[in-house]
Amino acid sequence: MNEVFNRPLLGSLALLALLASEEARAQAMDHGAMGHGSMNPSGMDHSAMGHGQVMDHSAMGHGPATQAPRIPLRPITEADRQAAFPPLPGHQVHDRQVNWAVIVEQLEYQNFEDTSVLNWNANAWIGGDIDRLWLRTEGEREEGITHKAELQALWGHAISPWWELVGGVRQDFKPASGQAWAAFGIQGTPLYGLELEATAYVGERQQTALRLESSYAILLTNRWILEPSLEANFFGRNDASRDQGSGLADSEIGLRLRYEITRGFAPYLGVSFNRSYGNAAEQLRDDDGDIGQTRLVAGVRLRF
Amino acid sequence: MLRNPTRRTFVKGFAAGSALAGLGLWRLPAFAAGAPLGNELSGRDFELFIGQTPVNITGKPRTALTINNSLPGPVLRWREGDTVTLRVRNRLAEPTSLHWHGIILPANMDGVPGLSFAGIEPGGDYLYRFTLEQNGTYWYHSHSGLQEQAGVYGAIVIEPKTPEPHRYQRDYVLLLSDWSDQSPEALMATLKKQSDAFNYHKRTVGDFIDDVAEQGWSKTLAERKTWAEMRMSPTDLADISAATYTYLLNGQPPDGNFTCLFQPGETVRLRLINGSAMSYFDFRIPGLKLTVIAADGQPVQPVSVDELRIAVAETYDVLVHTGDLPAYTLYAQSMDRTGFARGTLARSAGLSAPVPAPDPRPILTMADMGHGGMDAMGGMDHSQMGGMDHSQMAGMEGMDHSAMTGMQTHPASETGNPLVDMQTMSPRPNLADPGIGLRNNGRRVLTYADLRSTFADPDGREPSREIELHLTGHMERFAWSFNGIKFSDAQPLRLTYGERLRITLVNDTMMAHPIHLHGLWSDLEDEQGRFLVRKHTVDIPPGSRRSYRVSADALGRWAYHCHLLYHMEMGMFREVRVDE
Repeated sequence: MNEVFNRPLLGSLALLALLASEEARAQAMDHGAMGHGSMNPSGMDHSAMGHGQVMDHSAMGHGPATQAPRIPLRPITEADRQAAFPPLPGHQVHDRQVNWAVIVEQLEYQNFEDTSVLNWNANAWIGGDIDRLWLRTEGEREEGITHKAELQALWGHAISPWWELVGGVRQDFKPASGQAWAAFGIQGTPLYGLELEATAYVGERQQTALRLESSYAILLTNRWILEPSLEANFFGRNDASRDQGSGLADSEIGLRLRYEITRGFAPYLGVSFNRSYGNAAEQLRDDDGDIGQTRLVAGVRLRF
Repeated sequence: MLRNPTRRTFVKGFAAGSALAGLGLWRLPAFAAGAPLGNELSGRDFELFIGQTPVNITGKPRTALTINNSLPGPVLRWREGDTVTLRVRNRLAEPTSLHWHGIILPANMDGVPGLSFAGIEPGGDYLYRFTLEQNGTYWYHSHSGLQEQAGVYGAIVIEPKTPEPHRYQRDYVLLLSDWSDQSPEALMATLKKQSDAFNYHKRTVGDFIDDVAEQGWSKTLAERKTWAEMRMSPTDLADISAATYTYLLNGQPPDGNFTCLFQPGETVRLRLINGSAMSYFDFRIPGLKLTVIAADGQPVQPVSVDELRIAVAETYDVLVHTGDLPAYTLYAQSMDRTGFARGTLARSAGLSAPVPAPDPRPILTMADMGHGGMDAMGGMDHSQMGGMDHSQMAGMEGMDHSAMTGMQTHPASETGNPLVDMQTMSPRPNLADPGIGLRNNGRRVLTYADLRSTFADPDGREPSREIELHLTGHMERFAWSFNGIKFSDAQPLRLTYGERLRITLVNDTMMAHPIHLHGLWSDLEDEQGRFLVRKHTVDIPPGSRRSYRVSADALGRWAYHCHLLYHMEMGMFREVRVDE
């Protein structure tokens, strides 16, 4: 029993480990690609490379070096000293300011099987260059009733130029009476234009889950952008009250074509293939629902 | 719409230029900045105030921050040897300052809040007073926050004590700058949210198909893979483009057609100043040669070129010998080719000459970032990457790289640093390289290797030590630094009064950075370490490693920074402290 139920969890942890090693590999590869890998930096004798040391140009036929400057230094007076060092706190720039952004990736109507739902998926961050507070929310409303709604608050810490560790909490408001989770994961940019989030969750009733989200921007032009996306949810064990089975429970594969009227406002059309698996699929079959749905979507992507 | 800013500006330029030729200066901000030498103050004592002025650059009313209600501020004409006093009053609701860029003066007159003085509080004033020990073309600007972008800048011309060996009949300042209808704060916030927001020229699926057709699948895929793994775009030539900027010449947009007059056969001196916040320009006058006679205010041995790249904060003085045509276009295209500033050198007001279209937009290559020339890139054929012609760099062939061959090393503070997204492998001085977008364009383009001060190394001593600093950053997070350490986290660089040292800058980013040292000259060296030219701002293109000598002959706390305004504000800044 346990072994079976833990498999998805183990799988998800393995996936996270894989991602971490992927990152390590990517870093090593970056340097390898730049030829750094072929040398052992610690073993290098920098002094032999003439970088840090002063070269003796006088031996190079550039003319004799003089000991004193051609234009004699002015003797310093007390007035000079006072002019040079007024008591001041130092200059300020904006390199420590708090920045923020809100990115509403999806705010859309999804049409399928004679019904339509409102779907949203948004991220926001506030903070500095290394540490940021991330908020994520996603959900779905049908005919005025919210089926799914969740909010995550995560602390993000950059561990490399392209990867950030995140940890925090996730609160599901729907389905059912909601559920609280602890969340930890990684997010970043494996390749230019490709965004990836992998987050593991531990629920208040020892439920475990893993979510993978990824998207890739394909520039048809600099304003027409085609974005395939993927979201997949895995669970550690059955939770009948929420129609959740263990293993891969559901996936959404999307393809959205947006037009960026501005960088912050981009209407789009697209399609989303939503599918349930395992126990969730069985539950749906029992309820005469479709385990796979093709939804036409129309919405707007926003960036504030 | 921002769809095609270049074309928009271009079309607008012609329409307005022809329709308004007879109407005079209708579009000008507050003062008649466009009138040649019109808005100029000269003498020894100056009264300046910094305030707000309504302007209309693009057709939308906006408020600029100005000096004496003028955008740009008045040309200040000084005389070498004079002691000038400038009372600067602040009519803004925020603190302000003026920095005299390139002027050698006591630290408390340098105008950097927190280092030189406390700044000028709202309603307050500051009395600047210093003696001019130099002559030439310089400029001045606010050093407070982002005020420079909003309009607080102007030109300085210092007449020499002894006549220069040049004959010319006319003398004009050409101050280039970049204007946005968005506030500087909004631009900065946008860069932090989405650093590529202003780049509308990224490579598309269509470009990919074209490249496959031209170069085949394997080369195209290999090249795309390299860029994808770097998480960068080879089209990233400027952080802010004409998507929001309108490029100005003496405060006028292209359609304002700033005009300066000449009589046929006259020699005209043009004092080019790049007072932009973020924009490099490539300047030329189709049909005329430019004889460069000064760089950063300091005289150089005359060199005749067709075109020159002027980095942010640099100045160049050129002589042009006019021909028989009634008009010549003063043309300054932005380095990213999204737009241009434009004016006319004309026999009479209202004339204009054809305005060139911007050159093709260049694409960065691995070689541009100092990743070329190494076999380590495996599988990449640099000869197929276009854009880089090594024959242009023939000046480097003779140099002895033995002291530098092998890999560029990097400071430990870059290692494992999340805010360092790139490191160059084998940077070179590239002094004879015209730069990206200017190679093999059929024109003779000025390079740093062409610049030679008319005087010998004014100090004469060999540097007794070397400081190597790396220009670092993270494009996507829009964080900038030296050695991976932002200004707020960094200790001052400490110099001893009287010492002579070498500063070597290595560019570990994919962007060019104009590095400006306050208070002390930057004496650029050639590849062999010999004195080449005295400057106050040294351009460090991607993939380059350049050295200059500094004589620590002025006590005080001096600013040292990238002169791209938003790079400076994001941390590419150091305090240089000269103590006894």
